[in-house]
Amino acid sequence: MTHQPSDLPVTIARAPSLGERLGDRAFRGLTLACALGVLLLLVGLVVVIGRQAQPAIERFGVAQLTSDTWSTNQDVYGLRPQIWGTLYSSVLAMLLASVLGVSAAILLAEHFLPAPIERLIKTTVELLAAIPSVVYGLWGFTVLIPLLDGPASWLHRNGASIPLFSTPPQGPGMLPAVLVLTIMVLPTITAIARDALAAVPERLREASLGLGATRWQTIRKVVLPTALTGIFGAIVLAFGRALGETMAVVILIGNKSTVTLSILSPATTLASFMATDFKEADSPLHIASIMVAALVLLLITLLVNIVGSLLVWRASRNLRGL
Amino acid sequence: MSTVTVDLRRRPFSARSIIDKLLTVFISLCSLIAIIPLIAVLGLLIYHGLTRLDWLALTETPPAPGLGGGGFGNAIAGTAWMVTLATLASVPLGIAIGIYLAEFAGSSRLADVVRFAVKVLTGVPSILAGIFIFGVVVTTTGKYSAIAGGLALAVLMLPTIVLTAEQALRQVPNDVREAAVGLGCTPTQVVWKVVLPAAVPAILTGVLLAVARSVGETAPLLFTALFSLDWPNPTRQEPTASLSVLIYNFTDTTDANQRSLAWTAALVLVGFVLLVNVISRWLAARFSPYKT
Repeated sequence: MTHQPSDLPVTIARAPSLGERLGDRAFRGLTLACALGVLLLLVGLVVVIGRQAQPAIERFGVAQLTSDTWSTNQDVYGLRPQIWGTLYSSVLAMLLASVLGVSAAILLAEHFLPAPIERLIKTTVELLAAIPSVVYGLWGFTVLIPLLDGPASWLHRNGASIPLFSTPPQGPGMLPAVLVLTIMVLPTITAIARDALAAVPERLREASLGLGATRWQTIRKVVLPTALTGIFGAIVLAFGRALGETMAVVILIGNKSTVTLSILSPATTLASFMATDFKEADSPLHIASIMVAALVLLLITLLVNIVGSLLVWRASRNLRGL
Repeated sequence: MSTVTVDLRRRPFSARSIIDKLLTVFISLCSLIAIIPLIAVLGLLIYHGLTRLDWLALTETPPAPGLGGGGFGNAIAGTAWMVTLATLASVPLGIAIGIYLAEFAGSSRLADVVRFAVKVLTGVPSILAGIFIFGVVVTTTGKYSAIAGGLALAVLMLPTIVLTAEQALRQVPNDVREAAVGLGCTPTQVVWKVVLPAAVPAILTGVLLAVARSVGETAPLLFTALFSLDWPNPTRQEPTASLSVLIYNFTDTTDANQRSLAWTAALVLVGFVLLVNVISRWLAARFSPYKT
């Protein structure tokens, strides 16, 4: 039997010293300051862009947003074509991407495939979301545009009376930009929509199948309605990404200031306008107009992202009772 | 007593069976259409990119139109330099905010506001980070520089790092915190000696993802670092080359050599991005000590 000397401490616990307590205060204050810095950053973003846009806002006011007139000689820069192009390209891309993306999400979430293949596709899709947009632009420019040449001419020849195909194709334009935007947002939609579907409790599926419903009756009448808010949130978040996408669009859309329904015509967006005109702008009013475009884009994307986040959040909250 | 007979045989040609099969075919086709272009991008990248993937391409400066040879060594160096600057600026700040949110703020109103602001920042288009830094840094110093480019990338990396750091810290179970507090640790000591070391692999995952994203960013650099045909010089404030802007500049050139360099640069860029992504996944899977 060993003998314990009684003067050894029985515990390693001790109260913090004054220095440790002061250090604690300082470090906690530091992290708080950093956290407040984020708020400052967000406010700064709006203020800095707004201040640079001020000359154009004072000169043109709201009218700039609804004007088509574009002339460096007269120093007038209407932004309606840019706003139209941004919304039009993103909405078209969302129409295509939501059908394809939600289909892929159903395929991945509803056990149509063996588990290893399902995992492989899921990982691939997530990795593809990481490919930089300038690479998609390069691909679209050298591969997709030549490939679309024939089909685009055919669409114009046979459907010139339809507004969508009313102008002769010129290579770069709305069509290649929309297709590449679609490809780029697909991983986002697929991943978030898959998560929304996978979050629907298995019990609901079992109950539906037990009542005699087929697999697709279950998906259509039970799974999809339950996951609807989350899927919608996925589409809205992807919409936010498409609105602000710059590099792929600036390479593919042709950068022409027009307002048209035709997808064969070149067009422009707020982001691609900023990227192209920034190099050439030398009049202060021109630069300020680029900043107005930035401000409009900021406000639109903030709005869309807040709505999307709220939807995804509400979807997860609503599932809690099931 | 009446008997009810129920027909339990499969009826593969009933309307609902056929609709089921049609819908399965439909989503399979849609998924195929969705995945083919993505695979095609990768395939063509390897096909076009390999033609000029040689030592010259990785070490030389860009060639003039009409000349052969040359490379994008200066662009690799410029990208590496700016991403390093961005990482140095955003990682300490992001982790500090993550610590505040996960450890110190509790469920205060301020924490909710900060978290919301960070989420909003994740959705800000990258081009606007460039415009912001242009307004703050470039118009003040009067010079385009690698520092401005790095700061623009830091703005984009910050939200990812904050969100993953907060989540990583929250995964550490409360028992260890309570044990440390019981021994007399201050909250700061709990964070530094107990929680942070346990959360390092998960935080690193987030940092790697943020790096992978910022390496490919192009739009913010158009307003901050521009481009240069020379090697970057960290001691001077001057326009700096980057891989992504090189790809953009060489996309619509008519010079065949420059165009194949654009593909090779894209291959190098995507190769790096995918490698970092795979490493971060491996890290996340390998070191998640507190998974239940």
